Amino acid sequence: MNRDDDAMIETRDLAKSFTLHVQGEIKLTVLDGINLSVGAGECVVLDGPSGVGKSTLMRTLYGNYRVDQGAILVRHDGGQVDLATATPRLALDLRRRTLGYISQFLRVIPRVPTLEVVAEPLRARGLGAQEARERAGALLERLAIPRRLWSLSPVTFSGGEQQRVNIARGLLAGHPILLVDEPTASLDADNRSTVVTLLREARSAGAAIVAICHDPEARAALATRFYRLPPRELAA
Amino acid sequence: MTASGYNFAYLDEQSKRMIRRALLKAVAIPGYQVPFAGREMPLPYGWGTGGIQVTASIIGRKDRLKVIDQGADDTTNAVSIRKFFARTAGVATTTRTAEASIIQTRHRIPETPLRHGQIMVYQVPIPEPLRWLEPRETQTRRMHALADYGAMHLKLYEDIARFGRVTTAYDYPVQVNGRYLMSPSPIPRLDNPKLDRSPALQLFGAGREKRIYAVPPFTSVKSLDFADHPFAVERWSSRCARCGADDSYLDEIVVDDRGGRSFICSDTDYCDSRLRPRAAE
Amino acid sequence: MMTPSAEQPLLTVEGLTKRFGARTACRDIGFSLWPGEVLGVVGESGSGKTTLLGCIAGQLTPSAGQVWFEARESGRVDLAALAESDRRRLVGHDMGFVHQNPRDGLRLDVSAGGNIGEPLMRAGMRHYGTIRGLAAEWLGRVEIDATRIDENPRRFSGGMQQRLQIARNLVTNPRLVLMDEPTGGLDVSVQARLLDLIRQLVADLGLAVILVTHDLGVARLLAHRLMVMQDGRIVEAGLTDQVLDDPHEPYTQLLVSSVLPL
Repeated sequence: MNRDDDAMIETRDLAKSFTLHVQGEIKLTVLDGINLSVGAGECVVLDGPSGVGKSTLMRTLYGNYRVDQGAILVRHDGGQVDLATATPRLALDLRRRTLGYISQFLRVIPRVPTLEVVAEPLRARGLGAQEARERAGALLERLAIPRRLWSLSPVTFSGGEQQRVNIARGLLAGHPILLVDEPTASLDADNRSTVVTLLREARSAGAAIVAICHDPEARAALATRFYRLPPRELAA
Repeated sequence: MTASGYNFAYLDEQSKRMIRRALLKAVAIPGYQVPFAGREMPLPYGWGTGGIQVTASIIGRKDRLKVIDQGADDTTNAVSIRKFFARTAGVATTTRTAEASIIQTRHRIPETPLRHGQIMVYQVPIPEPLRWLEPRETQTRRMHALADYGAMHLKLYEDIARFGRVTTAYDYPVQVNGRYLMSPSPIPRLDNPKLDRSPALQLFGAGREKRIYAVPPFTSVKSLDFADHPFAVERWSSRCARCGADDSYLDEIVVDDRGGRSFICSDTDYCDSRLRPRAAE
Repeated sequence: MMTPSAEQPLLTVEGLTKRFGARTACRDIGFSLWPGEVLGVVGESGSGKTTLLGCIAGQLTPSAGQVWFEARESGRVDLAALAESDRRRLVGHDMGFVHQNPRDGLRLDVSAGGNIGEPLMRAGMRHYGTIRGLAAEWLGRVEIDATRIDENPRRFSGGMQQRLQIARNLVTNPRLVLMDEPTGGLDVSVQARLLDLIRQLVADLGLAVILVTHDLGVARLLAHRLMVMQDGRIVEAGLTDQVLDDPHEPYTQLLVSSVLPL
């Protein structure tokens, strides 16, 4: 990543509202006029009171929520792609190779062993099964998930264990842009420290990170900058 | 009108014409089943009404008819049918394959090689080779039209999987002229190779199902098989107890009250001709 | 992994309409599908999703529109305009169709090995040993004990029959597989196993799949993209997680909110 002054991910006048047809056509405007720019090696922590739209912005950046207007420009394949208008096929490719999302909760598929869960994003990028599993195992070790759990599905794991599996899965593929939602929630001090270290390593390697994080220590260790979302207008 | 009061060969001329039209179509498309309007015959379905209608439509005053049933000229059915044509057409009949111009058969091909100019008429119970797999006529017709025959190999596959070899002993499916899948009628496997490039014209009649099909002379007729399980004919460990032949289809016959058995040629004319070598005709 | 712009879509449906007399089952349906993509089609009974599948599979002739398919040998063809014989050959070889009821997609009186071997024999394979070997291999891939190769699928459980149907469909390496409620009618635990198998096979083989289902959970698990159908029309379409987490159309919101939580 040599383009330090170019944004890896950048929003322009982003606006997002929800129209709840089922509740009598209520319209909720959650985001309006958001301009955010994140470069390589930066970690921007989203700031603001609960309900201001941090999660919504995060999900919008991932394409999980569709914008009403504005652009989400992502550096991909040496060029720039507007995720807001990209075809589903392009969006999927973006997520596979460039844009990673570590959500707050692990979505568990029963029957799939932990090692496979973590290795999957690497497999999706074309890496061989054996090597993907080896790298997955190495990361799980760092995150203190014991080997005896690797062949089990995370369905029965504790919240903290699931979160660590989630983080391993999210970090393993080495996405150049990472969206991270509460990475240290439900973790003990040691694991918190490991996760922070891993994220800092990614940052040093040139990843652009957008994070939501309430834990003060983690915030201090990770953030290169804070972005405070503007206060929301209440529903009309 | 013959002495017994019937039209020549029993059927009226219009019916014969209709059947001959069907036969021409059948010969033009080797192996393809042509529907025809089967007539009421003086014997029930299952007794050779299809074969009789075909013979009746092609036989002429100068023909010499041979009728065999499982290779024998002297079984009840063969005798009845031969007499039927003797009465209604007044044609000459014979038991000698070499002397016949038309041979009507149930379930066998004579051992004596046929000549160009002879006509074989086969009695066929189920003309549709795919019926075991697909009961619907609409579907089997489609399969023939689209040459969708892979499923036929399925039957051979199942046999090999279950018994180690193809156990189909008779009515072994063949592909005619590289195109249509055909049921050769319930002739034994041993007889299938005789169909391939036979100099004789081969006509098939199914009375109950009302289908006619044909294989013109010198047409290729290939029995289905797998590359690693090629088509093979039956072999006997003994020769014919009567004439000593080792290349004919043998019937197992109970010869006395104590259950003594013998293997004897199923083709009675072939057996006889080997015992009494013929003088030049 | 090819970049998106370089590859041609495997399937492009344009203006597809299907009428049954006065009733229009599918109206002006259009979309493209690339290799490796799973497209979920959700909707309630009568939405037209099964009719759409039938038109793509060549079982029904569309009243209007084109179904462009990148065939292995013949290149880009309009399935809707092909003669039936060509369509049958193409669809049988290049496309798979997994029926909801495995009995509709299997020959119950033929052995498991024969069921898997039949598409190979239809395609002209004539070596018994090779056919049997491939059948055994595929039984393994769908987690059926290979020693049951000569057993009749009448004796199999519903889940096993469905897995056998999948093997039968995949043995000719089709690039596109159509699935009509593949887990419908199965016990929940059996469903989970089957969904997992489908997920793996899709990923391993790079299959393109059109999956018709009324179960949003199945769609979430298997599909990359989702199309919501109502009254024969596409009401909403996009990435699966986006359609389910941020539904825009009233009908989509209704569907999503109607799912009972566990």
